Amino acid sequence: MLALLRALWLILLHTFKKRVTVQYPERKAYVPPRWRGRIILSRDPDGGERCVACCLCAVACPVDCIALQATEDKTGRRYPETFRINFSRCIFCGYCEEACPTYAIQLTTDYEMGEYRRANLVYEKEDLLISGQGKYPGYNFYRVAGLEIGGKAKGEAENERPPVDVRGLLP
Amino acid sequence: MAIIFIDGKPYQAKDGVSLLDACLSLGFDVPYFCWHPALHSVGACRQCAVKVFKDEKDAKGKIVMSCMTPVADGMRLSIDDPEAIKFRASVIEWLMLNHPHDCPVCDEGGECHLQDMTLLAGHVYRRTTLKKRTHTNQDLGPFVNHEMNRCIQCYRCVRFYKDYAGGKDLDVFGCHDHVYFGRSRDGALESEFSGNLVEVCPTGVFTDKTFKKHYTRKWDLQAAPSVCVHCSLGCNTLPGERYGTLRRIRNRYNQSVNGYFLCDRGRYGYEFVNSKIRIRTASVKTNGAAPADEAAPELAISEIRKKLNGTHEGGIIGIGSPRASLESNYALRELVGAENFYHGVSDTVFNMMGEIVRIIKDGPVAAASLEDAREADAVLVLGEDVSNTAPMLALALRQASRNAPMVNLAKFKIPHWDDAAARNAIQNEKSPFFVASFTGTRLDGLSSEKPYRAAPDDVARLGFLIAHELAPESPGVPDASAEEKSLARRIAVALRNSKKPLIVCGTGPQSIHILRAAANAAWALKRAVPDARIAFSLPGCNSMGLALMDFPSGRPVSEALKRVQAGGAKAVIVIENELDESIGKEGAEEIMSLPCSVAIDFIATRTSQLAGVALPAASFAESQGTFVNNEARAQRFYMVMQPQNKNIHGVWRWIMEIKAALGTEKQCPEIDALTAELAKRMPQFAPIADRAYFPPPGFRIAGMKIPRQPHRYSGRTAMHTNIGMVEPKPPADTGSALSFSMEGFYDASKKQKIPSALLTHYWAPFWNSVQALNKFQSGTGGPLLGGESGKRLMEPSGSAPAYFTDIPEKQKKAPGPSGANNKGFFAVPLYHVFGSERLSMESQAVAGLCPEEGQPFIAASPRTLSALGLNKSDTMELEIGGAVFDFKTVADEEMAEGLAGVFVPKNANIAADLAGLYSKLPAWARFLVKTERKQ
Repeated sequence: MLALLRALWLILLHTFKKRVTVQYPERKAYVPPRWRGRIILSRDPDGGERCVACCLCAVACPVDCIALQATEDKTGRRYPETFRINFSRCIFCGYCEEACPTYAIQLTTDYEMGEYRRANLVYEKEDLLISGQGKYPGYNFYRVAGLEIGGKAKGEAENERPPVDVRGLLP
Repeated sequence: MAIIFIDGKPYQAKDGVSLLDACLSLGFDVPYFCWHPALHSVGACRQCAVKVFKDEKDAKGKIVMSCMTPVADGMRLSIDDPEAIKFRASVIEWLMLNHPHDCPVCDEGGECHLQDMTLLAGHVYRRTTLKKRTHTNQDLGPFVNHEMNRCIQCYRCVRFYKDYAGGKDLDVFGCHDHVYFGRSRDGALESEFSGNLVEVCPTGVFTDKTFKKHYTRKWDLQAAPSVCVHCSLGCNTLPGERYGTLRRIRNRYNQSVNGYFLCDRGRYGYEFVNSKIRIRTASVKTNGAAPADEAAPELAISEIRKKLNGTHEGGIIGIGSPRASLESNYALRELVGAENFYHGVSDTVFNMMGEIVRIIKDGPVAAASLEDAREADAVLVLGEDVSNTAPMLALALRQASRNAPMVNLAKFKIPHWDDAAARNAIQNEKSPFFVASFTGTRLDGLSSEKPYRAAPDDVARLGFLIAHELAPESPGVPDASAEEKSLARRIAVALRNSKKPLIVCGTGPQSIHILRAAANAAWALKRAVPDARIAFSLPGCNSMGLALMDFPSGRPVSEALKRVQAGGAKAVIVIENELDESIGKEGAEEIMSLPCSVAIDFIATRTSQLAGVALPAASFAESQGTFVNNEARAQRFYMVMQPQNKNIHGVWRWIMEIKAALGTEKQCPEIDALTAELAKRMPQFAPIADRAYFPPPGFRIAGMKIPRQPHRYSGRTAMHTNIGMVEPKPPADTGSALSFSMEGFYDASKKQKIPSALLTHYWAPFWNSVQALNKFQSGTGGPLLGGESGKRLMEPSGSAPAYFTDIPEKQKKAPGPSGANNKGFFAVPLYHVFGSERLSMESQAVAGLCPEEGQPFIAASPRTLSALGLNKSDTMELEIGGAVFDFKTVADEEMAEGLAGVFVPKNANIAADLAGLYSKLPAWARFLVKTERKQ
């Protein structure tokens, strides 16, 4: 009897407490910036695709839901010809982002991805690629790499000396 | 055997090897760069440091380079000594100073020896703030990509290219940290072994350029053990597939065959598998000449049944192929009956193959494997241009040319693996090496004296003379000149004084006399040197298998033509064959004009276009079977991938379907059952039933199949979702113990041994690069732990030889009286590594290196040409056997006088009548200067 009254009292008290239920979707819950939501492919500060199709995200993926094919432009810059993420398999673990050596693949705060058809959860490159730099502004892999690409000759990357003159005899 | 103590524990090591070799053989992970099991030690990188102690009381020890230190009994060393670890870590840090931040875009990434060794040696963080040195790259041609920034100066590339493969155009330039590995100027690498730089280079300086166009990481490649189809040597390969296309070919180690290397034709010739020229659907020709329509396989089969209705037993003839597997040839032979089965080769090739089988089978001398060739210490090449017809044999002969002087190393107390010292000690000394050929070959540089240039019959006469010098009971050559006799004597003496002499010949010159002369010489030599060997280069990857099929009875395709002309056949089934090449255009047309003609092939050929029904066959990468190589070694190749569509089947399965349609057999057996049946029915192939060499489909380790995919294979749940959300079940492979999956048994701990015939990739913890191979060998450079893959079908009978006595006459200078403006010349066949093999010519990279831009040409000495009043680049016409062909002319300084080398590339654009020209060579031909003929 006493327990019943105690329960009623507690419930009464809770009616005066602050509500935790959020009226989604009218109101959105707070999502921290490092939330692991929908995956995007970002661009470097010069607007080029950051992804160099190294396949590290694909191999890091524990559910194997990333498939891509590399190709190259005329200047030798490598980029993905196709890049596909099957979000119906994705577990949003963020390993792909961790593995990415170029900050290309990033998990965002967007989690509103519900679909009625599973096929709609397959995102191709055009669905993934955004126009900005995402969470990591300023980084451009090709400025650091030694590879020669269009607009950057040998020796022009950061921390590089100009190309060696092999025929030079100076010490 | 020596006992060495590694970190206090005793181990057995081979005497005389280097410490690094011993440690790796024992399974220890000692990092290294410049050492390579085939190139040995040079001590350039300082990475393999270990600590050696004087005795058990010595606690201080000293750091030595393990690759430069010979094993001694009772030696004490430490790999885990803190000082040694620190030394190795600082060496790798120093090697990495200038290495660019390229791994994500580097094709070597994921199979990089530098990545592996960096982690192994414990370097993880770049401390230096110095700027990195950079280099400009060179265009090294269609095979190899150059990225010099990544170089760590281990010198492996030049040691392979110059020292091992005899290349002249790749070298090291510059000094101190400017050292540059490349050519003196941009241009395609000249060596036909340049592709090995990709595997030899420990990092990404040299990468595969054709692979770059459809790049896939190593861990994403589905692979299966395979055998190269581009020549007769049967080099073992590991083709890799991704997304339904074949991506690249890598070397599969087989100590007895190709060892660590492949030639560029084998490595880069794979693109025909993905090419547009593939037959992908069945086509049925309606009423004669109407264009072939696409048809469902069932329709094609029912068409065949309709047409064959009423064809009684014996009405169907089958034409087998030297590039189809044993199983396919056997299935066809079973369908049509042995008496209706014809070998799809020219009379010349057929007779030569029969003779070769006889020589190996009945004679006392064993056919040389490539390993035997690498170990030979005296070589005689009779007529064959091995660099162009069997490149890996040429590479083996190059190693043979070093063996004789290596004996002197003991005098200087230099171990054979101390490469720089050994090369310095032997200088330019070479093993006795003799070349007899029509024109210059790339082995001429090894020749002990001026190469003998002569017509095929004269080359054969030299062979007979040598045999006579070696054994007087073998027939002599009565009208030989004193010069020829003395040359033969010198060669005979050199061969007799060696321990492992090798005589090399082949079907290239299309002269049966040369084969007989080589056999006589080898047999005569055998009496003095028991380890004498003979090596043959053959025309196709399964020439030997086909020749053995009906030996000694078989029939060439010309007899099929005779039978068709006599009205003795109503239907023909041709498998994987271009009939033009063996029987000429008219002959092919006549055979294919039978009421029912079926061609089963994977590429569109003129024969398949003539056929009433063309069926899409699976290429080597999509089917399983057995090839028999030039030394009669049967080797199994497995499906690397599923056929690209449902219409494509293995040739053998198509034949089974036809058989079922004809009502003779209901059940279509599995490939393995067919192989077993073949081994049972034909005693010459009995060894292919040996399960130790060819594991059965039921073979399991710990209840598991062997996976075709590496355990890191990625993208399984996304690679098919553009087609449908249902993830397809991995296809079942009922024909082999391999699975189309990443699941299965794989172990690199040397405990459980995967049979070598089933080893799909090399990987071990810490070892992602191809160097992981040492985890699968019993001793580096030794045989694979999983036993041999492939088995020799014939060993010499040991009976006394019956010397060939049919000695050809001396080559005439001219065929007889000729007109004032016409001169007769003896036309001989020429070959080129890039151009003389049909399938590889579908690879753009290979076709691009075909001489004279893929145009047929005639090569003659400048004197011969000027006698005709021709300039170097004029066109002339060649009349041979009544037909006239247009040819470009090329001056060839080395061509023997009076000879003209004819080269016809085997690409898709070559006219049908030219394709059959080789079957008529060598022959007398008339040259007509074009303008004169027009008058």
